[in-house]
Amino acid sequence: MQVQVRLFATLRQGRFKRQSLELPEGDSVADLLKSLDIPKEDVGMLLLNGRDAALEAPLTTEAVVSIFPALGGG
Amino acid sequence: MAGYCGNILRINLTTRTVDTQPLDMALARKFVGGRGLGTSYFQKEVDPNVDALGPDNKMFFTTGPLTGTTAPTSGRYMVVTKSPLSGTIASSNSGGFWAAELKRAGFDMIIVEGRADRPCSISIRNSEVHIEDAETCWGKTVTETTDALLEAFGDPKARVLAIGPAGEKQSMIAAIMNDRYRAAGRSGVGAVMGSKNLKAIVVRGTGKVDSGQPDQTKEVLARMRKKIAEHDVTGKGLPAYGTAVLVNVINEHGVYPTKNFQQAYFETADKVSGETLAEEYLVKNVACYACPITCGRRCVVDGQEGEGPEYETLWCYSASCGVDDLPSVIRANNLCNDYGLDTISAGATIACAMELFEKGFIKPDEIDGPPLKFGSGEAIVEWTRKMGCHEGFGAELAQGSARLAAKYGAPELSMSSKKLELPAYDPRGIQGHGLQYATSNRGGCHVRGYMIAPEILGIPEKLDPLSLEGKATWTKIFQDLTAVIDSLGLCLFTSFALGAEDYRDMYSAITGADITTEDLLKTGERIWNLERVFNLNAGVDPGEDKLPKRLLEEPIPEGPSKGQVHRLGELLPQYYQERGWSAEGRPTEAKLAELALA
Repeated sequence: MQVQVRLFATLRQGRFKRQSLELPEGDSVADLLKSLDIPKEDVGMLLLNGRDAALEAPLTTEAVVSIFPALGGG
Repeated sequence: MAGYCGNILRINLTTRTVDTQPLDMALARKFVGGRGLGTSYFQKEVDPNVDALGPDNKMFFTTGPLTGTTAPTSGRYMVVTKSPLSGTIASSNSGGFWAAELKRAGFDMIIVEGRADRPCSISIRNSEVHIEDAETCWGKTVTETTDALLEAFGDPKARVLAIGPAGEKQSMIAAIMNDRYRAAGRSGVGAVMGSKNLKAIVVRGTGKVDSGQPDQTKEVLARMRKKIAEHDVTGKGLPAYGTAVLVNVINEHGVYPTKNFQQAYFETADKVSGETLAEEYLVKNVACYACPITCGRRCVVDGQEGEGPEYETLWCYSASCGVDDLPSVIRANNLCNDYGLDTISAGATIACAMELFEKGFIKPDEIDGPPLKFGSGEAIVEWTRKMGCHEGFGAELAQGSARLAAKYGAPELSMSSKKLELPAYDPRGIQGHGLQYATSNRGGCHVRGYMIAPEILGIPEKLDPLSLEGKATWTKIFQDLTAVIDSLGLCLFTSFALGAEDYRDMYSAITGADITTEDLLKTGERIWNLERVFNLNAGVDPGEDKLPKRLLEEPIPEGPSKGQVHRLGELLPQYYQERGWSAEGRPTEAKLAELALA
């Protein structure tokens, strides 16, 4: 399945800004992190189609995953 | 009491008199300092129905007991006055170094009264205080004024607070600037200064601010610095990307107001994000007084160095105006700083004008500048310049979006609350934050109770932004705690890493005040209620606790928060109840007695 992945801030370093990735059916968000070599503890915010998602959330075709380190401001 | 200087400076510009008076320590204990102390003096001395731009309105430049001490981020001050924009109490906060210098000169607060018959400035060299002619500075930008006054003062270590041409022209959205780039931005406080013919306050202090008993403060402040350094937001995110890092965060949640809140997702946001700013325009980080966070951005465009843009500024000039041209956004930000305009209100007013223009309310032949079209980088820069110097149609824009939209018979197109333009978060997808916009005592504002922290960032814990559950309670706690932080003289960003207990520890260690965390929060509640009472007496009734119709009735059309509207009608009664107010939103006699305000 095709999944759109968007990385932000420090997570872009050595990786990419946004990419469409081909993943095996049934993969979860945690599987995606593993394939990107992003340690769980580096993730501050995880969105699946713009809504907060758990690591075990299953991915679906055309899903948009946005991954941030811990951030704030305002 | 350590932390306080014990002196206030009362300056009457009509009579050109300067008076040093003892600080009312009973009020200081009851209201801490800064925002609380300024509000308590203001409420005692100023008729709520005063003309905000008349000589009887007063300005209170107030520091907190921690301002200028060794506490981290202790460079803050407040300007408390009546807002000409909203008719509410205005308490506008700024950082930089000016406030710490004022404390070193020996003053906790400056009260400015009356109106000078010609442009003037105030010069403070420790206890030596003069009112000086400033006619040669009138019409000059903030940078030009700062340079000229520093040279005249003869000490490069002096700190300058000034208004630009926007304040002189009494623009309703004029800011007060200090240290060139830091702004007491909101509520039109710059116009009040302009109405008094007061161009600037220059201060140099060589004294020492008493930071309390070293044995007690050392351990507490070291603990606070450690927490700030180790927290992901204050130790990593803000230093690396500044506040602008929020652009992509808020956009990905689908709550990034676009084209005057007609949409909530900006397709090309990454071109005008904190990441892009850091990659392409950032020269270095800058810090305010005693700040370990260093979120300030020194950026260069067209060979001109400036500070910012901050997140809110990036938003209002980019997504809100549909512009993804970052250099134009930086130019507009620099113009705001130089002309002394509130960037949020300035950008949001241009966005409102763009919608009015595109919908045919503003006719092309009415305007003497570039077409007000969404997406035009040229328009945001040129109209900011024209607003700053009140040139042509720019003078209309300089009155803010509420007056502009009302003039064209479309008040619903002003995205404001109590006439103050809403900042960079669409409340339709963040219910608690919308409640905070509607109930803020100075109008549509994000820094009176930053509900983005729990609802989006998960600090101190994650709340569902779409749920109403518990939001009235959280909003009240955030509002009360913010009033405390604003009164201590610290930066609100510390609250990402610190909790109420930590603020109590710092306040107690430095001043020696024997106070519980609960009582400190009660002080925040007292300040909030006193502001509310002022507004009610000024004729700003609870019916003004509202949001623009669009946010209540038009669902977000696209993106991750598609279909959402704000449910203020359900939240407001809960909030009034949480505050212990009447069902109509008025503090009850019992509540005021409980807070020792009766």
